[in-house]
Amino acid sequence: MNSVLLRKVVGFGIGAVAAVGLAATASAQTPKKGGILEFVVPGGIPSFDAHRETTYAMVHPTRPFYSLLIRVDPDNPSSPDFVCDLCVGDVPEASGDGTEYVFNLVQGVKFHDGTPLTSADVKASFDKIIFPPEGTPSARKSQFSQVESITTPDANTIVFKLKYPSGAFLPALAAPFNYIYAKKDLDTHGYDWHTNNINGTGAFKFVEYQAGAFVRGERYADYHHAGKPYLDGFRSTISAKLAVSVAAIRGDRAAIEFRGFPPKHRDDLVKALGDKITVQESDWNCVLLATPNQKVKPFDDPRVRQALTLAVDRWGGSNYLSRIAIVKTVGGVAFPNHPLSATKAELEQMRGYWPDLDKSRAEAKRLLADAGQSNLSFVLNNRGVDQPYKIVGTWLLDQWKKVGLDVTQRVQPTAPFYDTLRKKKDFDVSVEFNCQSVVNPLADTTKFRGASSDNYGQYEDAVLEDLFAKMNRSSDKTEQRAIMREYERRAIDEMAHIGVTLWWYKINPHRSYVKGWKISPSHYLNQHLDNVWLDK
Amino acid sequence: MYKYIVKRLLLMIPTLLGAAIFVFLLLRAVPGDVCETRFAGTGAFVDQEQINLCRADLGIDQPLIIQFFDFIAGYATFDLGNSFWTGQPVVQEIALRFELSLQIAIMATLVAIIIAIPLGTISAIRQNTWIDLVVRLFSIAGIAIPSFWLGIMIILGLLIFSQSVFGDPWMPPIRFKSIFEDPMHNLSQIIWPAVATGYRYSAVATRMTRSALLEVLREDYVRTARAKGLVEKIIIRRHALKNAMLPVVTIIAIEFAFLMGGLVVTEQVFNLNGLGKLFVDSVLQLDFNMTQQLVMLVVLIFLMTNLFVDILYAWLDPRIRYS
Repeated sequence: MNSVLLRKVVGFGIGAVAAVGLAATASAQTPKKGGILEFVVPGGIPSFDAHRETTYAMVHPTRPFYSLLIRVDPDNPSSPDFVCDLCVGDVPEASGDGTEYVFNLVQGVKFHDGTPLTSADVKASFDKIIFPPEGTPSARKSQFSQVESITTPDANTIVFKLKYPSGAFLPALAAPFNYIYAKKDLDTHGYDWHTNNINGTGAFKFVEYQAGAFVRGERYADYHHAGKPYLDGFRSTISAKLAVSVAAIRGDRAAIEFRGFPPKHRDDLVKALGDKITVQESDWNCVLLATPNQKVKPFDDPRVRQALTLAVDRWGGSNYLSRIAIVKTVGGVAFPNHPLSATKAELEQMRGYWPDLDKSRAEAKRLLADAGQSNLSFVLNNRGVDQPYKIVGTWLLDQWKKVGLDVTQRVQPTAPFYDTLRKKKDFDVSVEFNCQSVVNPLADTTKFRGASSDNYGQYEDAVLEDLFAKMNRSSDKTEQRAIMREYERRAIDEMAHIGVTLWWYKINPHRSYVKGWKISPSHYLNQHLDNVWLDK
Repeated sequence: MYKYIVKRLLLMIPTLLGAAIFVFLLLRAVPGDVCETRFAGTGAFVDQEQINLCRADLGIDQPLIIQFFDFIAGYATFDLGNSFWTGQPVVQEIALRFELSLQIAIMATLVAIIIAIPLGTISAIRQNTWIDLVVRLFSIAGIAIPSFWLGIMIILGLLIFSQSVFGDPWMPPIRFKSIFEDPMHNLSQIIWPAVATGYRYSAVATRMTRSALLEVLREDYVRTARAKGLVEKIIIRRHALKNAMLPVVTIIAIEFAFLMGGLVVTEQVFNLNGLGKLFVDSVLQLDFNMTQQLVMLVVLIFLMTNLFVDILYAWLDPRIRYS
């Protein structure tokens, strides 16, 4: 193991130990049984079928009804390691040549309708996700391109056979959308049944849903994690307006909102409620990007793109913007603080991250002059969402102005914004974002690949594609990390295909009587609620 | 009268058809579609194949003429289709929210009438006195203050007041329960948006009542009534007010129709799952079918309200006869 990786792993370990220490303190209190958890979700539910959906607004109210094969560690959700949910023991390592994962299932698990869970249910669920029949939507099918087959040697064993060893497999498997459905439901009712119906093995049973308003669940007595859940039930209320969610927590109409609040609202709640509010904070696995359109001149010139990234003061911006917006952490392509991400020293080697801001901006001006673009003016396409799009967009305008660029911002509602990015492609530079559920740096890199369908820069880079393929097929962490550095240097330094602005910062102020829930680096994760209890 | 009503009902058909064409084309002119918004908008990796599948499933990859035919054919077969966003039947989605919107509209209208008619009348009778001045200030403030801002202030005020008095902050419930299921819960939630909306609504009606009554009070027949020695109260109540109500009724009716589909921001401020919020969500999500049907519903409500007002005119003013 090289020294940098060792330092990162040790650092991550210390963090994990600290988190476990905190968890131990928290768990020193004996969980109390009973009570209804009220929480708000700032978005509506398109359907109940997680296999086809991509929004957290569906995960928060429905994840408690379902189990996953593996999940993030509920007591340490920041850890990159996973734990078993429906499988027994530790998450298995790849056997043999690194292409086979064998999972033994917990026995005696029942669906809420009483049907016993077997490996056939797990297989049917992952078949629907990975090998959906024609015409059946599956939002994460492409994340399982390495899977060759799924077999069930017996009722309690499931085997995933990969085409090649891949470090991306387990994170893909742990995605919070991979609900395990009953094969019987799929066979009897078809592949659309789960869009409107719920039958899982999760900690809570579905009781009621009123479209656009709320979801209600009650404790499932036969839940397979012994002694859990602690709550009698939960009610999840849709509350689209941030101000309403904040007021709901203040007025105790809701105890928590799991996505996250801006710093100002955290401060308001703490000021109003004092120790009745507990704040949990974490780096957030989402990042805003500034993507130049390389089909538009002069953004086809790497010097211009490098100038754009060199002009931005990320270290200073982190300090200022984190006071008003949900951004904070300076990072590269991979989620900061993950063992595969760049250290501060490594970041500082790359353009746009140099510690000497004056040197950066002088270099930006020189590059613009070299490219004949000293008086460049262009339009920044942005999404009409305050946090953090418009704030970061406005900040970028100011940063670019400091190297002589004349930039105006065009803010569009979500639908026209994505139409511009995906169909019309008539933008100069656009703010956009990358937001993955499970912390998976390999998934983070996807956005930077020109071949990816959600890359909007309109470029091709065979070097990046090659590096990605190598990284994806490597199961050796040290090798992966080395390739990731090369990838990062190529994508955001040498070619400056996309400018990484600041990673988001998750702030969850909640009523102090909510115990057991631990913040994770993603608003998609740790939402099964089986370990949550109310200290009332 | 009967013939008139039938004629008016028949005239609604071309109006509705015109509205249908207009809203259909206007929505298609908006860039983007529901599938891109749904899958790309979350920031997660999006597979173009999934977006194409979604488009095919919803039929938005079909030629416009086929989409329009499907839309109109739905009325003939009484099948208004499903929401593009949730996949649920449009009728079900609207029905879920109709009770809440209707209740707010009724309560806000009552609040408006209770405030507007007495204040407008007093203001007219006491024209150019300090009472008139106060009423005018009150009503102009009502017009100037957006009801959503008033809503925010009401919530904030309740939170601060209850915390300072009782120790714990209180705010209205954020989840709707029918008045038939839990009247106390229902009223403690709905009364605030009804007041916030009703106040603005009353402001317009107060101004209208005042000016209409002032005009009527200058009519010859009012002078005649005074000349024959009738008491002022009777003149106002029996002769002036009823006639002055014609424009006020129009205003109240139009506002009522507007409230049924237009309480967009106020519903969001109070977290009300009504038609206004559904409208906004549908437009933002480019849920064409839901938006089309909601527009048609609002058009229908306006047409029916106008018909109702016209019939009411005949009752208020016996000189009006429809043939």
